[in-house]
Amino acid sequence: MKVRVKFFAILREKVGAAEMTREISEGSTVADLWQALQKDYPKLDVPGIRLLYAVNQNYVKPDHALKDQDEVVFVPPVSGGN
Amino acid sequence: MFRVTNDPIDLQDLLDYVGDPAAGAIATFIGTTRNNNEGRKVIALDYDGYPEMAEKELRRIGADAQTKWPICKMAIVHRLGPVQITEASVIIAVSAGHRDAAFAACRFAIEEIKKTVPIWKKEVYEGGEVWIGTQTGQPLPGRS
Repeated sequence: MKVRVKFFAILREKVGAAEMTREISEGSTVADLWQALQKDYPKLDVPGIRLLYAVNQNYVKPDHALKDQDEVVFVPPVSGGN
Repeated sequence: MFRVTNDPIDLQDLLDYVGDPAAGAIATFIGTTRNNNEGRKVIALDYDGYPEMAEKELRRIGADAQTKWPICKMAIVHRLGPVQITEASVIIAVSAGHRDAAFAACRFAIEEIKKTVPIWKKEVYEGGEVWIGTQTGQPLPGRS
């Protein structure tokens, strides 16, 4: 199955792309996807970074199972406001 | 009114939106861009955001505030993209029957924005830049 991944902020800079489609095996979790992407893009392994996971614009836990066509975002520490 | 925008934020738009015949108070918060952080001169700021989810989280903050305090209306607008020093990066306006609820909900909103809304700030200095909250890029003085 295929999922759509969007990258923001530091992760977009590390990957060099804002968006991609990634083939993953059935039953993969969002944490599995993150591990696979780190293999594809070693620069994504940012030391000390704390990520949240969002699927279809909702925060989910790392063991959330992905479905075909899901939109996945890895959320670095947010810093809105001021 | 819960949205993100690449354009300068007009406070009057938010005040017009939250105006309400039942309101006895409107509280506002304006987050402005500062020319320094932890001893370094900031020369530019750039916000990145996940617009669809950011607006959804802003709406969630508004709904939570409605359950906590007797407020009339809330508006939050957050800027994305480059923001000049002194310009507003975020404006919150809350109307309520009485000032206590308006102040409390306004404070709640800005604190929540910093926790869950997928918006990221990059500070650009002379000789370096940092995505705030991410331990990478040029370290700030006094940090390893």
